[in-house]
Amino acid sequence: MLLFWLLGILLIASAVFVVMQRKPVYSVVGLLLHFAILAVFYLTLNAEFLAVIQIVIYTGAILILFVFVIALLSSGTEAFAAGPNRMPKAGVPAALLALVALGLLIYGVSRGNLFASGAHVAASTSIAGPPGTANVFGSVADFGKALFTTHLLPFEIMALILMVAVVGVVALAGDESPYVPTRKRASAVEREMREAIVRAGEG
Amino acid sequence: MAAIHSAPLWLVVLVKSALLLLVVITTFAYAMLAERKVMAWMQLRPGPNRVGPWGLLQPAADALKMMFKEDLTPKTADPLIYKLAPFISLISAFGAYAIIPFSEPSPGDLWSIGNVNAGILFIFALTALGVYGISLGGWASGSKYPLLGSVRSTAQMISYELAMSMSVIGVLLLAGTTSLAGIVHAQHRIWFVIPQLIGFVIYLITAVAETNRAPFDLVEADAELVAGFHTEYSGLRFGLFFIAEYVNMLTVSCIATLLFLGGWNPLFGLTVVPGIVWFLLKVSFFLFFYIWLRATLPRFRYDRLMAFGWKVLLPAATANLVVTAIVVAYIG
Amino acid sequence: MARMHKSLYNVGALLKGLATTFGFMFVRRPTIEYPSVKKQHAPRFHGLHELRRYADAKERCIGCELCAVACPANAITVIGAENTPQDRRSPGERYAARYEIDELRCIFCGMCEEACPTDAIVLTPRFEMAGLRRGAFVYAKDRLLVPPTEGVGTAPDERPNGIPSDLGRVAEIKSTTDVQTGYDATNRGTILKKQRKGLAG
Repeated sequence: MLLFWLLGILLIASAVFVVMQRKPVYSVVGLLLHFAILAVFYLTLNAEFLAVIQIVIYTGAILILFVFVIALLSSGTEAFAAGPNRMPKAGVPAALLALVALGLLIYGVSRGNLFASGAHVAASTSIAGPPGTANVFGSVADFGKALFTTHLLPFEIMALILMVAVVGVVALAGDESPYVPTRKRASAVEREMREAIVRAGEG
Repeated sequence: MAAIHSAPLWLVVLVKSALLLLVVITTFAYAMLAERKVMAWMQLRPGPNRVGPWGLLQPAADALKMMFKEDLTPKTADPLIYKLAPFISLISAFGAYAIIPFSEPSPGDLWSIGNVNAGILFIFALTALGVYGISLGGWASGSKYPLLGSVRSTAQMISYELAMSMSVIGVLLLAGTTSLAGIVHAQHRIWFVIPQLIGFVIYLITAVAETNRAPFDLVEADAELVAGFHTEYSGLRFGLFFIAEYVNMLTVSCIATLLFLGGWNPLFGLTVVPGIVWFLLKVSFFLFFYIWLRATLPRFRYDRLMAFGWKVLLPAATANLVVTAIVVAYIG
Repeated sequence: MARMHKSLYNVGALLKGLATTFGFMFVRRPTIEYPSVKKQHAPRFHGLHELRRYADAKERCIGCELCAVACPANAITVIGAENTPQDRRSPGERYAARYEIDELRCIFCGMCEEACPTDAIVLTPRFEMAGLRRGAFVYAKDRLLVPPTEGVGTAPDERPNGIPSDLGRVAEIKSTTDVQTGYDATNRGTILKKQRKGLAG
């Protein structure tokens, strides 16, 4: 119980740290910390597998891309300029909306009896197995079963959404960009150069 | 033995961790010496031989040198992250040893610190964290070559980690468990290097890329990037990166041994020799192999590295995985 | 793409490379571990200079300065003086009162040796003359001349093939301060000028 509150405070603190930083890399480090604490949270819930996957996917794949983008875009170490807030009007409704969503979440969670001890919660919120089965949340086999039977539709929809995003990125930044050398363009350039050389020889 | 059973858990873990840390650091030191020696022999040089007999005290001399060198921070660097990065690298490198079993789990769990069910995944999680040390360190140096190194490391790690996971999943399917000890037990009859030969080869290649060693050391490529991500680092902080690199090399060697070469299972049924000896022999073989590769192969060109990872290794690993899955589902 | 595949799938070449490096592990290394093992050098190796004596311990050098003239690097300074009946240093009329070679300027060509009419200066095979100050490389007579107790010195055409046993002697002498006159060779140029004037005047 003490661990829960300690981790919870740390979790929220790291989340606040992420939002408060002006330097993007500090935010990333904060997020890294946040994900790590979240993984520890999963561990206290006996969800070993979920904890590890949390780290592998979120920190190992997603967050590292953030670092990649930050390193590529702002090559220096300067912070974001403290410019004027461009969307002051959007701020208030967005904050309200977030507050309502958070309130609903807390309401739902409190009804779900999440503030009980870790092991109990693990059992009561287990995905596939009946309540009380040990380690259902954490076992790879049960996790896989749940993913491909009970939760197959959401899983596939998620995959589709991600695929749409990938296709969108390719469509936006893909073939028409002048920075992507295609075989066709390369051969065209080569032909032009050859013709220019021939012309220069004739002239 | 009896003492282990009666002692409180935290004390046992603490003592084991301290011992293991000592062993791993010593192994690092001598792996470094071995690398210099073996590479020297392959290049017709004697290698370090001035400090102590056959240069055996060279690691100690290097450690002292590293400790007493000045620790510089560039003016353009981001001081906090610059100082933090080597520790991220080091911690994630050492973390893996918390769950690696070195021999047959005996009563009292003498040969490993902890046994996590999601063992191999835990190690993947740690390697995923290790990238941050390199990429943040390179970024925070506030200098162009480290930045290039860190961008390369990020791209390279992501690309090769995919193929690596794919190659390992084949083994997990055959073993039916993600626990490292369980995987070794599953190899009691036949080492997974035989049914998973493709996976083994892919793992070997990707492991070299994951640890940023030649011929995949694009991250530090001294010919083009001075020293890559650790160009600006000096003294002990550079030393930490250095330790992390070698410890990672040791880790991937241990994992290769556990997953593909049957861990502590003996060769030719020689059960007289204790399991730990077999384990260490196999790990040494892999370490030698990595040194051997470094002394032999020239560095990859960056676009070829990426093409190789995405167009060759990943499809091959996926195909291997699909075939393994079909075989396991219908036969095993 | 086709080219990439050719190079990537050329596993045979990879294995061949690995076999080569592995094989080289067992090849005899050509390294000579210098301070502990010393190489035999060529019989006519040109190293540190030496001023020789006659069998009766008289200096061979007659202070003619032909070596200094012949030196392409202007490394040699000779200041001759007259022999007197009370103090006969050499068999001729004159002897070298001061004989100095700047070993940092010297190119070890052996022209001095060829120019010498009395075979007084020779190049020995000694080559270890490390020092910590530039001044330490100006070798005066105290280090060039064979001590009277050690015979006549190295013969020009029969130098020993190898390193002489007294190699350590050169390294031990660290200071260039001339014990007799008490001057430091670091400021050698100005001192020499003054002394020339003194001699002339």
